[in-house]
Amino acid sequence: MADKVQLLTSIEKKTLIGKRVPKPDSRDKAIGRTRYINDMKLPGMLHGKILHAGVPHARIKRIDVSKARDLPGVHAVLTADDIPEFIFGMARDNRPLKGGKVRCVRDEIAAVAAESEAICDAALALIEVEFEALPAVFDPAEAAKDDAPRIHEGKDDNFNLKYHFGSGDVKAAEATSDVVIDETFNVHYVTHVCMGTSCAIADFDPDGKLTIYSQTQYPYNFKMDLAPALGMHAGDIRVIQPPIGGAFGSKLDVYPYEPVCVLLARATQRPVKLMFSREEEFINAPTRQPVRIHLRAGAKKDGTLTFRDIKCLLNNGAYTSWGPTVPYVMMRTFSSLFRVPDVNIDCQSVYTNNPYAGSFRGYGNVQATYALAIHTDIMAEALGMSFVDLALKNAQVSGEVTPQGAVLNECALAECLTLAADKTDFRAKEKEYAALRDAPGRFKRGIGMAASIHNAGGAKIHKSDGCGTILKLDDYARCTVITGASEIGQGIDAVLSQIISEELGIPMRDITIVNNDSAIAPWDVGVHASRTTFIAGNGAQRAARKARVQILAAASRQSNVPPEALDLREGWVVQEDGGVPVIKIDRILRQMHFSDEPELVMVSDYYEPPSEPEGKDHVGDMSAAYSHAVHVAEVEVDTETGEVKVLKITSAQDVGRIINELGLEAQIEGGIIMGLGYAISEELIIENGQVRNPNFRDYKLITSPEVPELDLHFIESHSSTGPMGAKGIAELPTIVIAPAVANAVHNAIGIRFHNPPMTPEKVARAIWEKNSSRAAAE
Amino acid sequence: MSATVEINFTLNGRKRQLTIDAGLSALNLLRDKLDMTGTKYACGEGECGACTILVDGLSVNSCLMYAADFDGRDIVTIEGLRSDKGFDPMQDAFVEHGAIQCGFCMPGMIMQARHLADTNKDLTYDGLKRGLEGNVCRCTGYKKVFDAVADVIGIAK
Ligand code: FES
Ligand code: FES
Repeated sequence: MADKVQLLTSIEKKTLIGKRVPKPDSRDKAIGRTRYINDMKLPGMLHGKILHAGVPHARIKRIDVSKARDLPGVHAVLTADDIPEFIFGMARDNRPLKGGKVRCVRDEIAAVAAESEAICDAALALIEVEFEALPAVFDPAEAAKDDAPRIHEGKDDNFNLKYHFGSGDVKAAEATSDVVIDETFNVHYVTHVCMGTSCAIADFDPDGKLTIYSQTQYPYNFKMDLAPALGMHAGDIRVIQPPIGGAFGSKLDVYPYEPVCVLLARATQRPVKLMFSREEEFINAPTRQPVRIHLRAGAKKDGTLTFRDIKCLLNNGAYTSWGPTVPYVMMRTFSSLFRVPDVNIDCQSVYTNNPYAGSFRGYGNVQATYALAIHTDIMAEALGMSFVDLALKNAQVSGEVTPQGAVLNECALAECLTLAADKTDFRAKEKEYAALRDAPGRFKRGIGMAASIHNAGGAKIHKSDGCGTILKLDDYARCTVITGASEIGQGIDAVLSQIISEELGIPMRDITIVNNDSAIAPWDVGVHASRTTFIAGNGAQRAARKARVQILAAASRQSNVPPEALDLREGWVVQEDGGVPVIKIDRILRQMHFSDEPELVMVSDYYEPPSEPEGKDHVGDMSAAYSHAVHVAEVEVDTETGEVKVLKITSAQDVGRIINELGLEAQIEGGIIMGLGYAISEELIIENGQVRNPNFRDYKLITSPEVPELDLHFIESHSSTGPMGAKGIAELPTIVIAPAVANAVHNAIGIRFHNPPMTPEKVARAIWEKNSSRAAAE
Repeated sequence: MSATVEINFTLNGRKRQLTIDAGLSALNLLRDKLDMTGTKYACGEGECGACTILVDGLSVNSCLMYAADFDGRDIVTIEGLRSDKGFDPMQDAFVEHGAIQCGFCMPGMIMQARHLADTNKDLTYDGLKRGLEGNVCRCTGYKKVFDAVADVIGIAK
């Protein structure tokens, strides 16, 4: 042993930080070995199915489940009459099963547990329901009127959530403006379309404690939110998170199918699995929040922005999930994207008989940036400037504080703008394409830019934005990291392993991440707000450093080298200077363990980021870091068919510091393609409260042939608070892309689209209308 | 309830003989009866490719196929995709190129990629983009998938 030590004269530091590291779980996924929740079966398990109302607003005159109950193989049929009036949801306006009346097509009115899904379907078909239709309202402006049908009894009107933020004097600032632009945008319904459909498995023990296998991306608050829907104590709920087929924000709340699944398990005292079909998924899973945005803003001749005055109306739908809370983030963008001192924002949501929205990657910022980045382009045009120059004129610098109190430490907005413009020859192409707009020819080229800002160091929307970590090393220097941070496909398994490997000098394959059981892992807010690399990464680094201190202290005692002069590299304790090996890490761990004063290396950490919740006035530095991204889209519009072909996307994003280049690219590429769907093809069509296109044929996702050339650039601003300097990155790519495409389409054909998606039908119609009004004028 | 049929086929290199419901889909046979859950359900309507398997070397959406039609055929699923050296190079390339995120679409995507590589001698980068059109992925931007496949079949962009 000692001889081997002599042979190694020097061990250099090797790092995985910034490298291209495959996700540790990707091998299992590539060979079909990963057991997703949708694949799971428990012994004795029954299947559950829900009967949805299918009508948007009606009184339930009669519901008869007797025939369903009599069907062989059926174990339980539940309606609202069979359970207490459990109320849940953010605004406490939802129930697992609805009795009396239904308020949207999704409403769950009965549920079946049976031996198979086929028997469930047969049982649902035997349930007799008689509805008496009620006047319904689907438009939030209509629903806001005094005489509109009431969605929820006992309320004076249909208004739900209201938000106001004001800073400075908007009227006075308007008076100093040379240009004022006033535009209204209507952003649409889209949905997450996770490839793994919604699924839960509930299992009770004889003491009435619940284990729920769940797709949730926020396991700890999930317990708190689920408990009232079941009349349970949150402490009696254990959440297990098997691998899932995507989330993107759709699993950040409790939705009725989850308590319904649990109620079926309780009624049958058997494990029950409830999984949506694709059609059910399109109709009943959350959507992105649609918003009507009225944006009035001004600038001086030289491009200095003067004020913004904004009103947003949100279609709440029938119940309240995260959707109608998106103004929290919309307001941040309106007040913080570029320097603008005088801002007034009013947002409100109104109940309607539509389905309701949840959180969705970008959470409000997709909507706000769509409006604001197009508005900025219109403003630039009115001022005779390029988007990039107007943006640069008003770009904040490091250390600036926005009207809502965001402190922009390490701000790289100007670098993002400059890099994106330089890489694409933006100013010249913008001029060239605009000049060719009215020249003959079927195909028109265009280039467009958009920018946005997003929280990149968590978001303190709860009292704590923290993450717990427990780290232990065994006698073989194998490390287990038990973290609150969930893995939902985004790649936190790789990032945490890289950080631990860096701090402890052990290979990634010797690190096991445990993060799928609320009875084992400590608390975390959840995977949202681009927070996990930042928050869980900081937590993992701090835990690893505690372990490191303990190991180095022991090695120092043994070698008489001061701990500051020691380092951990490649499985060895070495002298920092020259890398001279001192002792193998597993050996020192065993010596520590089996000494006269035995010690194990097992440490814990609770990391709370240095941020603060917003006050009632919506002011507060709610994230520990912020970052910017700029996208440039190059498009070709077929003026005959209206097809928008996106040729190339150039992205410049402040990522703080690259931890895993492969994972970073994957997130940005995936985010761009998701945002591209929002821009040109995806829309959940809801007419009279009914979802008209609940399938992949009619809900058009971007697929491989439409994928444009992607040119990604990363700016490393080195966050002073992020792990190794990293910032959160995953939402910005989805946020910025759609307005960049819209601005490019305008550059190509001179038409603005304030109501995405820019489908061929919509674009062709707009071109036709433009041509016919021009012909009429001539 | 319904009629049953006996089928004889090869599944991932092994001979199988089963008696099944005539109306059973190939996907449900694999997932529910044989517990081979590598092949995924994501739409059941032939629109997403998550259920792709190889039938006599050609890619098929197993959700649209009757299990009865397995009779006399050679079936390969993601669990059986192997080369002499171990995993199929397609599987290795998807891992190394970082093409896998949640991974739910990937068994189907990899089977389709294998089909493309086996059946198109002169596949181009654009051709493989078109060839993967039927496989929906919601996580990735597809680019790393293209790069992985291009790497395996040795084509440049
Ligand atoms: S599940 Fe077969 S194509 Fe979607
Ligand atoms: S990797 Fe998640 S759907 Fe493709």
